[in-house]
Amino acid sequence: MIPLSHYLLLSAVIFSVGVVGVMTRRNAIVVFMCIELMLNSVNLTLVAFSSYLGDATGQMLVFFVMVVAAAEAAVGLAIVISLFRNKQTVNIDDINILKW
Amino acid sequence: MYSLVPLITLFPLLGFLANGFFGRKIKNEKIVGSLSTIAVTLSFIVAAAIFIEMLGFPVEERKHVVSLFTWISAGTLATNVAYQVDQLSILMTLIVTGVGSLIHLYSIGYMHGDRGYWRFFTYMNLFIFMMLNLVLADNYLLMFLGWEGVGLCSYLLIGFWYERNFEKSTTSEAAKKAFIVNRIGDFGFLIGLFLMFVTFGSLNYDSVFLQAAGLEKGNSVIMWMTLFMFLGSTGKSAQIPLYVWLPDAMAGPTPVSALIHAATMVTAGIYMVARSSILYALAPTTMEVIAVIGLLTAFFAGTIGIVQNDIKKVLAYSTVSQLGYMFLGCGVGAFAGGLFHVMTHAFFKALLFLGSGAVIHAMHEEQDIQKMGGLQKYMPWTYKTFLVGALAISGFPFLSGFFSKDEILWKSFANGSAAYWVIGIIAAGITAFYMFRLVSLTFLGSERFDPHHVHPHEAPKTMLIPLIVLGVLSLIGGFVGIPHVLGGSNAFEEFLEPVFTAANDKMLLPFHDAPGVEISLMLVSVVVGLFGMYAGWKIYTEKRQIADTAARKFPLLYNLLLNKYKIDELYDAVIVTPIKQTSDKFLWKIFDVKIIDDALNVSAKTIDKTAGVFRKIQNGVVQNYAVVFVAGILFVIGWLIAR
Amino acid sequence: MTFEQIVFYSLAVVTIFSSIMVVVQRNPVNSALYLILDFFCLGGLYLTLNAQFIAIVHILVYAGAIMVLFVFVIMLLNLGDTHKLADRLNMKKIIGIAFGLAFFVELLYLLGFGTTRSISQQSPAAPEIGTIEYIGKVLFTKFLFPFEVTSFLLLAAIIGAVILAKKKIIH
Repeated sequence: MIPLSHYLLLSAVIFSVGVVGVMTRRNAIVVFMCIELMLNSVNLTLVAFSSYLGDATGQMLVFFVMVVAAAEAAVGLAIVISLFRNKQTVNIDDINILKW
Repeated sequence: MYSLVPLITLFPLLGFLANGFFGRKIKNEKIVGSLSTIAVTLSFIVAAAIFIEMLGFPVEERKHVVSLFTWISAGTLATNVAYQVDQLSILMTLIVTGVGSLIHLYSIGYMHGDRGYWRFFTYMNLFIFMMLNLVLADNYLLMFLGWEGVGLCSYLLIGFWYERNFEKSTTSEAAKKAFIVNRIGDFGFLIGLFLMFVTFGSLNYDSVFLQAAGLEKGNSVIMWMTLFMFLGSTGKSAQIPLYVWLPDAMAGPTPVSALIHAATMVTAGIYMVARSSILYALAPTTMEVIAVIGLLTAFFAGTIGIVQNDIKKVLAYSTVSQLGYMFLGCGVGAFAGGLFHVMTHAFFKALLFLGSGAVIHAMHEEQDIQKMGGLQKYMPWTYKTFLVGALAISGFPFLSGFFSKDEILWKSFANGSAAYWVIGIIAAGITAFYMFRLVSLTFLGSERFDPHHVHPHEAPKTMLIPLIVLGVLSLIGGFVGIPHVLGGSNAFEEFLEPVFTAANDKMLLPFHDAPGVEISLMLVSVVVGLFGMYAGWKIYTEKRQIADTAARKFPLLYNLLLNKYKIDELYDAVIVTPIKQTSDKFLWKIFDVKIIDDALNVSAKTIDKTAGVFRKIQNGVVQNYAVVFVAGILFVIGWLIAR
Repeated sequence: MTFEQIVFYSLAVVTIFSSIMVVVQRNPVNSALYLILDFFCLGGLYLTLNAQFIAIVHILVYAGAIMVLFVFVIMLLNLGDTHKLADRLNMKKIIGIAFGLAFFVELLYLLGFGTTRSISQQSPAAPEIGTIEYIGKVLFTKFLFPFEVTSFLLLAAIIGAVILAKKKIIH
């Protein structure tokens, strides 16, 4: 049998990789993908706990996380499109309008 | 009837509001003027009705307090807006509303055609309202409100023709001077009130006077309290050292000079001293100070009056001098005598001012008496009434001024000292002299104006009626207070005496029953007065060379008097200039700029620089925020682990 | 090694590899493709956890919908040019990697000292929980209200996405 901690370890690895991606990549879309990666690692944790503890709540939460992820992806990509239209770039170093 | 007291103040307030809000839109001068005049007249009628009712009551039941509403209630300070009707306040109310309504009537004609017609009557009604609050209040706080209110109206009305020039500067400068000098006095008054509140825990007349009656004579706290309050009086009533504003206050329209700066407002100081008589009775030192200051003011202001050439200036110094008499009366414990003079002075001085207004009007705004003369035949009624006023102020036997002035002089001799009387009598002679100099130069002698440009004419009816009424009052006003030695009953003093009973009990004035002395002193004063009148008349109608020779022989004295003892210059050099210099050189250029501003600027710059450092964090790049975000998570988790 | 273990570890290795490739790949199209691989592996992992419904929905939503959207946007914006966005090693990257490692170490520490080590067996109820029937029952009873609320969230997202991505905003 596979102990729970292995699932959690796997999840931690994926999450950390996602964090590094968010902090290092300059392409906004790749940053987005990394965020999806992190969300998925959390989902894995939730499903693992659900199965190991015999509680359906974890899987419900995964369900809602997916909804949020879908919504976030739609809105986020729309933002990227409109940014690209205005700035001709998706390089987030060049997008510094989030001040003042 | 007593419950109608609020109406007395209500009418002028309504007049003030009506003219203040709608006066500009009402183009008709008659409506604006009559509205104000009727408002004050209605107040007078109500006051007169209350007065008549009061006479019907027994003496003990004449005092009533009508409370309107709670004004301030904070801790132990509880003050109502309440009006106290007693002999003293009803007397002052009658003077204020009576003379006030006559002067309002006069103003309808005098202010005719003025740009600020409605403004004038608005201020006048506000003044009447404030003055009535001052005299009717049942506590010192409301009195102080009125006190400040009349000061404000005085300021507004002195500077009424704010665009005009006055002497070496402008009317607004004169207004500012009046206001600031009054502020100095008010400051003293306020300190006196603070002391009173600390000492008695109340500012209500009843409460304060009741507690004061239980105190010993010569209490030092009371002495300081009364001295500070008297400082307020010297400001409001133009006594040494704060009299300097009153001559400049003549920059205002003449009815204002008559109402505010002769008949009513300037007597507020005497009213306050009389109202607080019990407090002053406890402080013999203060009483002496009052008597001496009153006497000195009466004398010195009179001497200045001798050489002035502006018709209103002469009257202004005369007012200062007469106010000095009133204080002399109060200072020697003759409060009733002082108030008697307040009343008669209100009649004849208002009359003289209104008469001078008619003259100025007729002479096309000319105020220099050297350029007048011979006006008798052009304005006979003005001349007659003016002459009555001059006779009354000079103490011509059996006119109003004679009785009141003599009362004060006799009391100053009996209760004070012979020196008071001697100086007082000299001042009375001076008064008679300069008043008849004024009459002679204005109405008698040769015509010194340019007949081609100036066509003197008699004043219109609205101006003449008040003159005649006041003339009659100046003639017979004194008969309410005929002293016992002349076979009278001194009804005036008897009427007022209950207000001063407590004070008299404290002062324990010796009772003088020396009719022989009184009669002979009276005769002396009559002779001095008549001599002054004759000299003034003779010199300035026929023997001008005497005056000119005197001026040439004593140039130093003459110039000193002409320049009003250079008191203004002295104040300017000793007080005003140093304050200005300190304000400019130190307070502004060093304290304000270097210390206050720099402290502000330096702190602002420090914050700006510090913020500049932190600002760089906020660079708008989302990724950097994410890094900080992660660092925060790292820290939190690390802290949780390490805990 | 049981079959179960073989499946888990091989899926785990592929998942980690593809995750790293998502971050490392210069071309965003490649990143997206690796991410899809990643999602398939995760779907497999869900199956090993007896969460059949979640596994299917995961594949449908992520691989089928979200990733299509990503690839679509990449193509639309023509971001295939790798030189333009070439990432060089710089201070920011070093800090990012250091922070990521530190974060991982902290997670490891928490895992090593947590209570989860003692659980080594799936719950006997696990196969039942993962079924569509069970999930539907729970979803429409206990979680009915949040479920309905998600519809508002999705509606808001649709409207927001349309408005943001529109060519010109009508004033």
